[in-house]
Amino acid sequence: MTVMAKPRRRVGFGAGVTHTTVITWRNVMRVLRLPQLLVFSTIQPVMFLLLFNYVFGGAISIGGQAAGAQGEYINWLIPGIIVQSTVFGATATALGLTEDLQAGVIDRFRSLPMARSAVLTGRTLADLVRNAFVTTLMLVVGFLMGWRFDQGFLKMALGVVIALLFGYAFSWLMATVGLLTKTPEAAQSASFLPIFPLVFASSVFVPTESMPGWLQAFANNQPISIIANTVRSLMVPKESLSFLGLDQGTLILQSFAWIAVIIIVFAPLAVRQYRRSVG
Amino acid sequence: MYAVEAHDVVKTFGDVTALDGVSVSFEQGIVYGFLGPNGAGKTTLIRVLTTLLKPDSGTAVVAGIDAIHDPVAVRHKIGLAGQFAAVDGFLTGRENVEMVGRLYNLPRDEAAKRAEEVLERIHLIEAADRPVRTYSGGMKRRLDLAASIVGRPEVLFLDEPTTGVDPGSRLDLWDMIEELVEGGTTLLLTTQYLEEADRLADRIGVIDHGKLIDEGTPDELKDRLGGNVVEVHVAPDDRATAAGALTAVADGDLRTEGQSLLIPATQGALTLTAAVRALDDAGVTPQDIGLRRPTLDDVFLTLTGHKAEDEVRAPTAARRGGRSG
Repeated sequence: MTVMAKPRRRVGFGAGVTHTTVITWRNVMRVLRLPQLLVFSTIQPVMFLLLFNYVFGGAISIGGQAAGAQGEYINWLIPGIIVQSTVFGATATALGLTEDLQAGVIDRFRSLPMARSAVLTGRTLADLVRNAFVTTLMLVVGFLMGWRFDQGFLKMALGVVIALLFGYAFSWLMATVGLLTKTPEAAQSASFLPIFPLVFASSVFVPTESMPGWLQAFANNQPISIIANTVRSLMVPKESLSFLGLDQGTLILQSFAWIAVIIIVFAPLAVRQYRRSVG
Repeated sequence: MYAVEAHDVVKTFGDVTALDGVSVSFEQGIVYGFLGPNGAGKTTLIRVLTTLLKPDSGTAVVAGIDAIHDPVAVRHKIGLAGQFAAVDGFLTGRENVEMVGRLYNLPRDEAAKRAEEVLERIHLIEAADRPVRTYSGGMKRRLDLAASIVGRPEVLFLDEPTTGVDPGSRLDLWDMIEELVEGGTTLLLTTQYLEEADRLADRIGVIDHGKLIDEGTPDELKDRLGGNVVEVHVAPDDRATAAGALTAVADGDLRTEGQSLLIPATQGALTLTAAVRALDDAGVTPQDIGLRRPTLDDVFLTLTGHKAEDEVRAPTAARRGGRSG
């Protein structure tokens, strides 16, 4: 019997949405029902917040204009640290995928008549939900520590959304890393390799002015600084924006451009690698 | 109609040839068992047939559909339980099965109904609302089986369904699988255990080094192996005398295997008593004597001239569970 040249049947859009919802639900349940996951994914960012503010905060000079942070390090820190935590949170995408690969869960999914993209989209969306929860928690803790925003709730919320979207884009990069490395251990090392220099050689924790010139050139132009600056520009007082040397509108455009570029590059790469690595 | 029709399937991973031109086909409604040691290519073949892997060359048609060019259509018609129980510990048994049902595109209420049905069938209904991390290894395998049939597949694939399972659970799983196929489900399973293939499969394909080296019903294969043997251990000094006595009663050639002397037990237990009597008459007291069924080693020795590389032995309970003859 030959069944040649039959067109490839694809999964319909509506079914694909259902599959993605089911997989997202499954991954969210994983975090909700495994308390250790929930605790570690929330404690670590909050600990970073406390440590940076109370241990380093006093020693960090935020420049003459106090970085537009009204002299309070917490107001510099919060916009940066929520970007840092969404980026760190995105590594969970790599870990979760490699764990599913090893457990044979991905094989099960791949043998089902479901949309190919649902496994990866469901994973990145679940990590977005978790990041949103962690970010909200950090803002609450930050508020208790004295953090205030200065341009109204909507702009602050826009900043949070930008940080979360950037974390979501980073999840696609991390999905690619996870599918390339295949084991949780390797994924862990491989994901922190690019993340550490990007997060620390940036304006996340400190102004870049004090860095050596060559490092400043990198730090000022890399995406994490741009996102952190954008979020900051939406929270600190307007008159201090000049300190950032950039216009808020330009920053927002640049941020969305980076988010789009990362997704456009890495979503197809991850999907391709998903087809291959399991196939 | 054929459930599976594969021709000349080749798959290499770098320098390793996992499948070296496998052709196999069998009709719907039967249980087909792939028997072979670790690394023989069994799992690779299942992965090709279940659309997880594209072969380098060859054709694979499953439930009448081209698995290589139309994988999505094939996935509507198959169920797969892999070597590990691919179930989520943080979900309940019911949630696991319902989730798979939803991914088979069943509406929510239909998925719930079917989950109830298969959990009942697989005797997990009492534990259905407990998180799976509280299940035993055997229960997880059963749940995995439940998930693989919730879509009512035309062809079910089980990759080493009892590997790594404790002996008691193995017997339970065998019962369960037998119940499943009584309903007419076509099943393809892989196993390292001759006893398992013997008990469950209507036809067996012996696979080694990526090639199908023999195929037939369990009886045909056993006939080709000469059936049971009488195995005798004697002291080195008695060896020659014992060999003479056994040759006299043997209905076939005497062969030696390490310290053992073997003759075909063509008359079953009668050959054994005849051998005991002959040894007694010759004044030889055997250190050990017994009727032995062919093992996977015997299959490989006979079919390939080499032993199965891996230490592949069915655990004791599996032997007890196996039927003799």
